[in-house]
Amino acid sequence: MFKILKYSFYDLMRSSWSYVYFLFYLGLGSVLLFLNNDVSKAVITLMNIIVVLTPLIGTIFGVMYYYNSREFTELLLAQPLKRSTIFIGQYLGVAISLSLSLVIGLGIPFLAYGLLQSSEIFNFLSLIIVGAFLTFIFVALAFNIALSNENKIKGFGYAILMWLFLAVIYDGLFLISLVMLQEYPLDKFSLIATMFNPIDLSRILILLKLDISALLGYTGAVFQKFFGTNFGMVISFSVLSLWVVFPILRILFKSKRKDF
Amino acid sequence: MLKKTLPLLLLLLIISNSYAQSIEVCATCDVNSLTDAIAKSKPHDKITIKKGTYLESNILIDKPLQIIGEGNPIIDGEKKGYVLIVKSDSVSVTGLVIKNPGKSYTKDYAAVYISQSNHFTFENNTLESVFFGFLIEKSHHGKIVKNHVSSQAIDQSASGNGIHLWNCSNMLIDGNKAHNLRDGIYLEFTKETKVTNNQSYDNMRYGLHFMFSNNNEYHNNTFTNNGAGVAVMFSKFIKMTGNTFTKNWGTASYGLLLKEIYDAEIENNTFEENTIGINVEGSTRINYIKNNFISNGWSVKIAGACYANIFKENNFLNNSFDISYNSNMNDNKFDSNYWSSYTGYDLDKNGIGDIPYRPVKLFSYIVNKTPETIILLRSLFVDIINFSEKVSPVFTPDELVDSSPLMTPIK
Repeated sequence: MFKILKYSFYDLMRSSWSYVYFLFYLGLGSVLLFLNNDVSKAVITLMNIIVVLTPLIGTIFGVMYYYNSREFTELLLAQPLKRSTIFIGQYLGVAISLSLSLVIGLGIPFLAYGLLQSSEIFNFLSLIIVGAFLTFIFVALAFNIALSNENKIKGFGYAILMWLFLAVIYDGLFLISLVMLQEYPLDKFSLIATMFNPIDLSRILILLKLDISALLGYTGAVFQKFFGTNFGMVISFSVLSLWVVFPILRILFKSKRKDF
Repeated sequence: MLKKTLPLLLLLLIISNSYAQSIEVCATCDVNSLTDAIAKSKPHDKITIKKGTYLESNILIDKPLQIIGEGNPIIDGEKKGYVLIVKSDSVSVTGLVIKNPGKSYTKDYAAVYISQSNHFTFENNTLESVFFGFLIEKSHHGKIVKNHVSSQAIDQSASGNGIHLWNCSNMLIDGNKAHNLRDGIYLEFTKETKVTNNQSYDNMRYGLHFMFSNNNEYHNNTFTNNGAGVAVMFSKFIKMTGNTFTKNWGTASYGLLLKEIYDAEIENNTFEENTIGINVEGSTRINYIKNNFISNGWSVKIAGACYANIFKENNFLNNSFDISYNSNMNDNKFDSNYWSSYTGYDLDKNGIGDIPYRPVKLFSYIVNKTPETIILLRSLFVDIINFSEKVSPVFTPDELVDSSPLMTPIK
């Protein structure tokens, strides 16, 4: 598995895309920090970008990589290798290289800015961790879509639609349902609805750091417990991990039964 | 020179000695209690209390006296009623540790109870485990300076206020610390009073509480982590400058609550990390100038019936919501403020943004209607609907704009 991981990883490193991705985050981080001179504001802007962009890049990269390396995969399948090793190796190769681009690309400007001395370090750390989580989740989801669709165009279409749904449409439906049902107690519903969308979940994790004063303004006891204590943090992180685990399990399940 | 002045000095000493006698109180002295010392003293005497613990309560000071504690003597009321009761003008008390007044649901027992007295001074005293700290009624021209008032308040109904003024005027409350009480400082029907340089923190209810108190000023105070922040209600002509309001978190919590306030000046204050920076209800002709609003949930929440208020040259930095309105009527002016969420440009380089800024977002309107939607804060979808509302306002006040938003924060 590590060998395949290594091959996928170096393969991606040789293609210039991960460098472009890395340079994009490097440029973004530097511009935000050095032209802005306000770390809190930079963290907020970065949050908006990370929550939307990392899933998009993860999805597109995942689908693209799967379809592009199809011939290589078929070659590997002819070897005496377990299927799980092949697919998990490829998956980890993509996910790790993307997360590395993100972590290093944002990490360098922040370190250069002297973040270690600043109190924003925890906000920034949670931002990076959430970004890495999102990459792992969306690459896994993209692999799932690609595994289930032989047709490239269809696969791409579904992947983009999934991103659009989770990033925008889900929140729209969520907001409409909250406004429509405002007569009812909604705090449990809204927390549970958040759990079903990894993008919302990561947004909440960052909000817990950035906007805690606003979140504590709401009266519901469930909200109070969720936001006011470490409970929210723990639950969000565990559900986020589940969001990584389940798609991977499905990759394993699907790849075992797939006819190449 | 010396020859001439020495007899004069001696004379002065003799006169002053005969005039103001000095009494010493200590455990082994002739006079071993403050009650005893007061009984033996004449007006304008000086009583010095040496280090030690004195178990006394309901000590009545009924003549002008100067009481000085040396080495922080402790006067312990043993939870029996009041500790010091002042009913005379020109009393001064310094350097005492006063603790354990009684606790009652029917009487306001206080560590220091001052009634109908003028020109008193309380300085450098420590009041511990109090029900009420200073309870001052119908008194004028007093000074409460550099005292430290604290308690262990657990619930609101069974606790009292740190410095409580009722029907007073021309008082100075300066450099005190008040914490773990119900209200740190409470003013009711009090006029022309200055509250300066105090620190009020970890109180159950308000750090500072004004009711029906006109023409007061408070400057350079710090209010941190109080149950609901600072409340100024039903008062006119109040000046608030240089105060800091931080970390007032919770469902009904705010840095500053203004309710039925007229003609106030709010200048150079800092509101940081509060759920609501300023909550305004029914307040008119208030000038908000050069304040800093940093990382609050809501910087200013305007609930209604607020007219002719002016917001000028304030900094709004990284707040979740800048301004929140619950109606689409507006009679307040926003001018030359700095908004960190402003996205406009300044082509003519005059430091003023070329397109107006709309501080009220559609989402803040939605959150007012359905509070649970707060969970969608900073979502991409919310940004999209905010943008569309910005382009053509329907739900938010149409004319509520800052037409000259600044490009750089005001120092």
